[in-house]
Amino acid sequence: MLSIKNLYASVDGQEILKGINLEIKPGEVHAIMGPNGSGKSTLANVLAGKQEYEVTAGEVTFLGENLLDKAPEIRAKEGLFLSFQYPVEIPGVPMANFIKSAVNEHRIHRGEKELTAGQFLKLMREKMELVEMKTKLTNRSVNEGFSGGEKKKNEIFQMAMLEPKLAILDETDSGLDIDALKTVANGVNALKSPEHSAIVITHYQRLLDYIVPDYVHILYKGRIVKTAGKELALELEEKGYDWIKSEKGN
Amino acid sequence: MSVLVEKADLSLKYIAHYNKVKELLFEGSPGVLNAQRKKAFQNFVMQGIPTRKNENYKYTNLHPHFLHDFKFVHQKEGQKTDPNAIFHCDVPQLDSYVKTVTNGWFNESKSEGSLPKGVILESLEKVAAEQPELIEKYYSKIAKTETDSMVALNTAFAKDGYFLYIPKNVVCEQPIQLINFLEAAETSFVTQRNLVVLESGAEVKLILCDHTLNLNRYLCNSVTEIFVGENANLDYYVLQNQHNHTTNINSVFVEQERNSVVTSHTSSFHGGLIRNNMKFVLNGENAEANMFGMAFLDRKQHVDNFTQIIHEKPNCQSNQVYKNVLDNEATGAFSGLIHVVRDAQNTNAFQQNNNLLLSDEAIMQTKPQLIIDADDVKCSHGATVGQIDEEALFYLRARGINEDKARLMMMNAFMHEVVQKIKVEALRDRIDELVERRLNGEVAKCHECAYQCEV
Repeated sequence: MLSIKNLYASVDGQEILKGINLEIKPGEVHAIMGPNGSGKSTLANVLAGKQEYEVTAGEVTFLGENLLDKAPEIRAKEGLFLSFQYPVEIPGVPMANFIKSAVNEHRIHRGEKELTAGQFLKLMREKMELVEMKTKLTNRSVNEGFSGGEKKKNEIFQMAMLEPKLAILDETDSGLDIDALKTVANGVNALKSPEHSAIVITHYQRLLDYIVPDYVHILYKGRIVKTAGKELALELEEKGYDWIKSEKGN
Repeated sequence: MSVLVEKADLSLKYIAHYNKVKELLFEGSPGVLNAQRKKAFQNFVMQGIPTRKNENYKYTNLHPHFLHDFKFVHQKEGQKTDPNAIFHCDVPQLDSYVKTVTNGWFNESKSEGSLPKGVILESLEKVAAEQPELIEKYYSKIAKTETDSMVALNTAFAKDGYFLYIPKNVVCEQPIQLINFLEAAETSFVTQRNLVVLESGAEVKLILCDHTLNLNRYLCNSVTEIFVGENANLDYYVLQNQHNHTTNINSVFVEQERNSVVTSHTSSFHGGLIRNNMKFVLNGENAEANMFGMAFLDRKQHVDNFTQIIHEKPNCQSNQVYKNVLDNEATGAFSGLIHVVRDAQNTNAFQQNNNLLLSDEAIMQTKPQLIIDADDVKCSHGATVGQIDEEALFYLRARGINEDKARLMMMNAFMHEVVQKIKVEALRDRIDELVERRLNGEVAKCHECAYQCEV
């Protein structure tokens, strides 16, 4: 589904990713862990198509096509979803309009008819229930005035609405209490199928109790330095990142 | 030196014209208008057409706009066409009481519906001749010719415009709409003089639409004086939709008595140069003044919103929100003065000006100004000039919304706050639509007349 080969990327002239290799097959869940500044969010943003990140070498294919020369909206419509670490507040853009536009853009891209108002409302209610989102969305602007937890739930709600083939969760667990964490995990797990994959970026092991990964990668100084099964996350939890640092040298 | 002579010459041209047509101006004009004419002319001679050295015109250069050879019409011509026949306001469900003004002259025309008893909506010239006592008390009282040369020039040439009178405690449920047309066979100078009087407890929603009906060049210098009595309530909506060869100098003076509420809302969609002078004087306690404005500028358009709020009495509040979106080489200005005089304690004054620049060439000048002579007041102001938030844009795009649409959503969102201030629902819906069309690069035409903004 996603194939990253020898990916180098920099921001403001500073090289952050230094040769990433990663293969994700349909149905797999990959966790990416690593200390602050190791390049986790950079990888997520490069995949989603953020402009400030310049890819200097390497290639990424998504569903067999070159991902990197596509606009962010095309990537999204082809099934790539980024759950933002810091969801942006957009005052004046009504939440319902926004998500309706997004859903319909996806449908048009797939050659499907746009949803009627009734169909849309039904879908929205269903998905809000799924992520136990109690925030009233009507008459509210995108993320405006949402609490930290509400913003993260809103990301998962959007994911549930768009049903992406590959979801990238960038520290979706940060700032969540244990109940919210479970809800978010339920939302992600509901999407799990042999066709849907996920990349879960996190600092902590606790999210991985609920979203069980097939692989855990450790990203350090812009490279994947270790890959193993879910037990690696537990090992990290126990030992911290220092052993990686000493093993790989500073 | 030669520049100075040229500038002086420019004012001389208008001075010479006045002297040439003086008799025409006085002839057949009501005494109440004539009484101010000579003094106004002298005040114009003293001041001339403002240059950029004049602090109030620092950001707007009127001179090139006065260079053209304009035709003036100083006597009412026979009404050639029935405006209702050529123009029909197509805002759905607006259900307003409509009158029209062509080139500054009030048209005798029929409107659907009727006005409440005692309400007068008529030609200023006509009422000034027939019931001068209604006009005399107010005319030229707050639009001072001594300190504003455009007001002086208007008062010197003033012949007609509309007069609106709402008697005590009369509430007009149906909005009143005045459509100002510019339609002349040649390059024309238009002088329009309006007067609005709301007696105590009166209420009205007034909608003013400015349109050009052909592509000739116009300079329109209009002055409106508005008197709002105790407990009276006025909503004053202005839609400016004129082609890019139009210069619109629009001066509005409002005096408010105790417990009155006035909300003005100006939407500048199109025009070559638009200068809105808005001066509010809060002359009674607990009065409330709201001023909202939004402008959409592209190509070489220029919009200057120049506001003044004078808090004369304690316990009043004023609130201003002005927003502009500028593209291409457009230029814009906002100057907002809040003056709290001595003893106007417990004043609450707020001012906000936000601007969105879509190109590197567009220029916005913003100048908040507070003069506070009382000690127990709450005044705040803020101004921003910025570009579309790239983070937000990326967020929208990352959900599959294409860049153009995402930009449009962001621009709409930027203006949303100002659009929402419109209380007449049908008007709000239409303006919402016009905003979207304008931002989308379409001509935000709100009617079917000749209209090209490419010029």
